[in-house]
Amino acid sequence: MDMQHQHQSNPGLLARLKVALACFSKALSDGAFVNQVTPLLHGVPTTPAIPHVPPPPLPPPPAAVVPAKPSPEELQASALNLLALLQREGRLVDFLQDDVTSYSDADVGAAARIVHSGCRKVLLQSLSLEPVLKDSEGAAIQVPLGFDPQRIRLTGNVTGTPPFRGSLKHHGWIATSVKLPTLAASLDARILAPAEVEI
Amino acid sequence: MSRYSIGIDLGTTHCAVSYLNLDSSTSRGAEQTMLPIPQVTALGVVDAKPLLSSFLYLPNANEFPAGALALPWDPSRSDWVVGEFARSHGSKSPTRLVSSAKSWLCHAGVDRQSGILPWQAPEDVQRISPLEASSRYLSHLREAWDHQHAVEDSPMSEQEVVLTVPASFDAAARDLTLTAALNAGLKNVTLLEEPQAALYAWCESLGERFRKHARPGDVILVVDVGGGTSDFSLIAVTDQGGEVELTRVAVGDHILLGGDNMDLALAHTVNQRFAANGKRLDPWQFNALTFACRAAKEQLFANPELPHVPLAIPGRGSSLMGGTLRAELGRDELNTVLAEGFFPVTTINLLPRTARRTGLTQMALPYAQDAAVTRHLAAFLTRQAGALARHQSTPDSQPKSFAHPTSVLFNGGVFKANPLRQRVLTVLNQWLAAEGGQPAKELEGADLDLAVARGAAYYGWVRHGHGLRIRGGTARAYYVGIETAMPAVPGMEPPVKGLCVAPFGMEEGTQADVPPQEFGLVVGEATRFRFFASSVRRDDKVGTMIEDVDWNNDFEETAPIETTLPSTGTSSDQLIPVNLQAAVTELGMLELRCIEKSGPGSWKLELNVRMKE
Repeated sequence: MDMQHQHQSNPGLLARLKVALACFSKALSDGAFVNQVTPLLHGVPTTPAIPHVPPPPLPPPPAAVVPAKPSPEELQASALNLLALLQREGRLVDFLQDDVTSYSDADVGAAARIVHSGCRKVLLQSLSLEPVLKDSEGAAIQVPLGFDPQRIRLTGNVTGTPPFRGSLKHHGWIATSVKLPTLAASLDARILAPAEVEI
Repeated sequence: MSRYSIGIDLGTTHCAVSYLNLDSSTSRGAEQTMLPIPQVTALGVVDAKPLLSSFLYLPNANEFPAGALALPWDPSRSDWVVGEFARSHGSKSPTRLVSSAKSWLCHAGVDRQSGILPWQAPEDVQRISPLEASSRYLSHLREAWDHQHAVEDSPMSEQEVVLTVPASFDAAARDLTLTAALNAGLKNVTLLEEPQAALYAWCESLGERFRKHARPGDVILVVDVGGGTSDFSLIAVTDQGGEVELTRVAVGDHILLGGDNMDLALAHTVNQRFAANGKRLDPWQFNALTFACRAAKEQLFANPELPHVPLAIPGRGSSLMGGTLRAELGRDELNTVLAEGFFPVTTINLLPRTARRTGLTQMALPYAQDAAVTRHLAAFLTRQAGALARHQSTPDSQPKSFAHPTSVLFNGGVFKANPLRQRVLTVLNQWLAAEGGQPAKELEGADLDLAVARGAAYYGWVRHGHGLRIRGGTARAYYVGIETAMPAVPGMEPPVKGLCVAPFGMEEGTQADVPPQEFGLVVGEATRFRFFASSVRRDDKVGTMIEDVDWNNDFEETAPIETTLPSTGTSSDQLIPVNLQAAVTELGMLELRCIEKSGPGSWKLELNVRMKE
């Protein structure tokens, strides 16, 4: 008779009587039971005897390691799409991942031409970029009262109140329209470029 | 539901669609609207572009993930893809790519309705016919239109569609193009020749001002050199009772020579320098070199001051800086290869070189053997020397050795380079000056890429009675081959006579009865006629019999006519006397019928576009 008992906080008298009688009869008939109980009588906690069961087999390894795909919003899929587009048309990721210090200027320059022509095409087709200020760089300009600090950044001797007189160092860039193609939902935006195998 | 006139340019390398609202009372002027065409540009990405690349890729079952080739109107598409991605991926796997379907459509040496493309593809690649490929491009355009105009409920099948074909396409190729359109679900289709479409686009963009540049007595030479083909036409401006009239008087042959040849020539020249340095380019790199040469060529033509342009060919691996090959394209090289190679200064009487084919040749498209466009132009003008005779108000004092144009309209991406246009004009004016003619001037203001589609849409509006229509009728005279009865001589084929059934310039909507000849057709059996066309014989009337058409240079043989007349219930093998009748439909298609002489029977003869035996 194999009894398993859950550890109860406060067993009642009837329960104790039952267990005592069961232990009395089992101790007389079962030697292994006596071996198990004796340490308990001496106050050493034991693990209950588990019948020998072979260890369960390991779960089979997954056929392909594909963790569940996060949602497009979590992934910032549109940013990845733009990067994939720049890699496809201009090899931008290849260029940036390469180590530039070990190559001569001429080699870097030749690669830069390829990246430039491809990425420029992407920018022309999917974005409309315009300078924030249309004046030529180096010209003297006047920053008016109430200017938008996100559009115009002041450097140098920044004291007093607008209007300021200064010279334009960088005309800035603003995207006036964005029309990027979107990736189909069934495909993974994290794959920027597939590996190419020639057969 | 609005009514539109839709013009479709079904090109060898690109297709374009332009449209015009027929309900408006004015033409579009210079504002000629194009339809943006959504197509798969990368796996899973659909982008709308102004042109659809005429390439079709047939992927392997395992090649792409599910849903990668989905289109907004067909999310489950996976067997084939058309457009930009097909072109760019197909250049890496050319055995699965269908390209130049249009050139195959007019190649008489193959069966154009059976699955032969991709040409010489391995066993497991599914193959389609040139007819099917053209039909798929057209249905993609139709689906793109329907998708954009879904709200308006004006599907393309209900609109008037004008589809352009090269002027050099013969009756069989035009027939196939029309069949492709019908298979694609377009019901209301008219065919228009591409050089005429280019002239229509120019007329529309200029509006009424075109009359200043096209006066009665002018002869306009349209030179159309696209990506893969060259096409020439002559259009005369005449005065008919006080009204200006445009008449197409001559068309040239279909020459497989174009901008792609020029890019290849530049790439081979640069490749020789790599080979001299011991570097061998693999096919992918050579392709990238061709592409780089095209971009460099455009840059050199656009900026006359640049002495050379650097070329960079990327490697295929991920190390861009380590794998890039560098070269340079100099202006001298550009001039030597393009200007001297493709537009050499030549005299009017030098014909294009045709090398004799020795022994085995690979069965493929019949590319032009002489790359000189100016020599082909000289051959065209010489051959058509008599074309203008009937359209001139005063006869010439001395006969001319070639047709003298007074102005030139350029079309095709090749002529975006101003130096090449000037080159053609220089050579032409040398020929004119040598015979005492006035120099020709250029008709300016054409949009070289989009003119054909735009002109086609405008033609749909012109057909409703607005603007000026170019007359012309059929571009060729057509003849039926008749075997002569001769005693059998071993080794000698009996000469074939030609009976004219459709004269040169037969107008649309007219028909001609061939004068009674004793023809007997056997009912219930297949009957076969040889069929010939001539683009130079203008004076032959219906019923004229020409003695020997087989070896005469004026005639070219087109697809034979085959027909099996169904038996009418009486005994088969009966010989029925018939008359022939030719008609040109409103769509510009030639139809031949056999009309029973003493009875109600009428049978249509079909052009057999299968292989010539």
